[in-house]
Amino acid sequence: MFFTYLRRELRRRRRQASFIAVGIAVGIGLVVTVTAASGGVKDAQGKVLHALYGVGTDVTVTQSPKAGSGAPAGFGFRGRSGASGGTKIDADSLVNPSLGTLSSSSVTSISRLHHVSTAAGGLTLNDMKISGKIPKFSSSGGSGAPGGGGGGSFRGSIKSSSFTVSGVDLATGKVGPLSSGKLKSGATFTTSDAHSDVAVVDANYATQKKLAVGSTMTIAKTSFKVIGIVSVPQGSSPPDVYIPLARAQSLAGMSGKVNTIYVAAASAANISGVSREISGLLPKATVTTSSSLASEVTGSLSSASSLANNLGKWLAIAVLIAAFLLASLLTMSAVSRRVREFGTLKALGWRSRRIVGQVMGESIVVGIVGGLVGVALGFAGAAVVSQVAPSLTASVGQTTGSATPGGAQAAGGFGPPGGGGGPARTAASTTHSVAVHLTASVTLSAVVLAVVLAIAGGLIAGSFGGWRAARLRPAAALARVE
Amino acid sequence: MYTLANVKKDYQKGRDTVHALAGVDLVLEDRAWLAIQGPTGQGKSTLLQILGGLDRPTSGTVELAGQNLALMRESQVTQVRAASIGFIFQTFNLIPTLNAQENVEVALVPLGVGSAQRRARAAAALESVGLAERLHHLPSELSGGQQQRVAIARALVKEPKVLLADEPTGNLDEGTRDDIMKLLEKLWQDHGLTLVLVTHDSTVARRAQQIGIMRKGRLAIRS
Repeated sequence: MFFTYLRRELRRRRRQASFIAVGIAVGIGLVVTVTAASGGVKDAQGKVLHALYGVGTDVTVTQSPKAGSGAPAGFGFRGRSGASGGTKIDADSLVNPSLGTLSSSSVTSISRLHHVSTAAGGLTLNDMKISGKIPKFSSSGGSGAPGGGGGGSFRGSIKSSSFTVSGVDLATGKVGPLSSGKLKSGATFTTSDAHSDVAVVDANYATQKKLAVGSTMTIAKTSFKVIGIVSVPQGSSPPDVYIPLARAQSLAGMSGKVNTIYVAAASAANISGVSREISGLLPKATVTTSSSLASEVTGSLSSASSLANNLGKWLAIAVLIAAFLLASLLTMSAVSRRVREFGTLKALGWRSRRIVGQVMGESIVVGIVGGLVGVALGFAGAAVVSQVAPSLTASVGQTTGSATPGGAQAAGGFGPPGGGGGPARTAASTTHSVAVHLTASVTLSAVVLAVVLAIAGGLIAGSFGGWRAARLRPAAALARVE
Repeated sequence: MYTLANVKKDYQKGRDTVHALAGVDLVLEDRAWLAIQGPTGQGKSTLLQILGGLDRPTSGTVELAGQNLALMRESQVTQVRAASIGFIFQTFNLIPTLNAQENVEVALVPLGVGSAQRRARAAAALESVGLAERLHHLPSELSGGQQQRVAIARALVKEPKVLLADEPTGNLDEGTRDDIMKLLEKLWQDHGLTLVLVTHDSTVARRAQQIGIMRKGRLAIRS
């Protein structure tokens, strides 16, 4: 009788029931879409972080450069006799791009901390090549001051190029920038390669420079053999070349030094504790976790995150509340129209709770139908978001203090004949920009949430209506003229 | 069956107090048929509602088979109504979305009767009122007389001790009125019911064993 009565009653007022269901569906559809979009944004942020620091890295440790440590790199021909205009230059040097250094012993200390699963040191360097002839300077009168005065001109040809090199700790491959790479051809490093002149090259760089497995390339005037080609997640800005850390330290003259330490915690719950311990161990270092980095992400990804989490969330909540209120009002109104019917049932011996149960059952069914339609709308909304969302960019500033005094140095000019200096150490890029595509996908938990909300909506509406029905006095209800 | 002693019922209407029942005394034997007559607004329907436990008196006692309905909890009164009292209303009061058989079954739901047995008893009740071929018709598909027959079947399907009818022929034409009254009389005899019927129609009232006249909230019985 319960289901028969319920079904017939909903059929009788199907227009009103549909209206209520649609209202609930819109609210729930919004909740599901916003949840999917938020999830997509979180995934995108995760991809950004993984692209920057590699899979498995929970904490990174860097150091602000010391004041004045940004002295220009020399290429060995300053003041060299004969280094005058017309002198040939062929320089190739591996330089540290304005990052502070940490000792390799810090890596060992960190790896011994409680709740640290793995710690690995890394060197991010620039290989700078300059070749050509020092230009001849001819002045047309005037002071002839080096580089100054007016009316001077340079004649000569200088070519320069650079690429990024990452020194990788081969003992712990689970963290660091190479950990997120996928091998496309050849092989990756083994621990026996620690002091070998072997390199793994980024796929895009290899394509650009026509490098393949077996090719040779020069790093800091040393010939390296390419043993593998690796691709990293789309949109990241990976190093061009990976070489063993020990070789990078040696070629850069930075033995026993690293400029980034990558740390994996034993579990996600330990990350903040590990971060605090490292800060205690290395008080002058900059310790960055995924969550602190996430808060520094700027760009359209950050805007999308704000949109989804703030506007989207509150809009969904507002619509849902409005839908529930409307459902409650309409249910109460429907109960008012059935006063005599419920009075008759009470006269026949139906208890209030049975009548309330009937009203709530009708509301819950409407809520569930609204919820199912809402989930379908949510799937559609998520698909639309994935289709129409533009590629999002995320920029993260390097937190090494490259803006501190003595840090970043602009490329210098060339000195006058007899005092040629090389270019100063170039400023490292202090911002990583990554492009990611937003994919909003509906998760099982979002569907469960939708169903729970739908049932809650039905219960709320049914409670209002049921309360009204329960309060009816049979005599007064039967006396009502309809 | 019924013993009423000095039953009063007052209503508040704005600032005024309406004395719907001004002290009713009544003793009704088992299987009796009492028709209550009187002009509109004299308390007839109020008395019927108190007899059916649909309302509580302001004062006085209302005993049904030795139980004082006035002192019972609402849930207990509901149980008594479910098991022992059948109602027939002037406007039939059928559930519009349920067919004839289902409307009759509704009276058996509070008694916990299983669905198969409910269907069978409902069908038998409808057959006894001459509607065996209208089981699956909705109220909107039945005439006034047929709807009242369904209501009678609903009232009697649970085999009550008491049948309370409030203007059962008020909305029916003369011919149908007579048919319904003949049916009620037959069922009263066959089932051994105690029947209390409220009417303003003297033709209907004359069929009863006893006639009570309600005037200004008081009941005077005429044999």
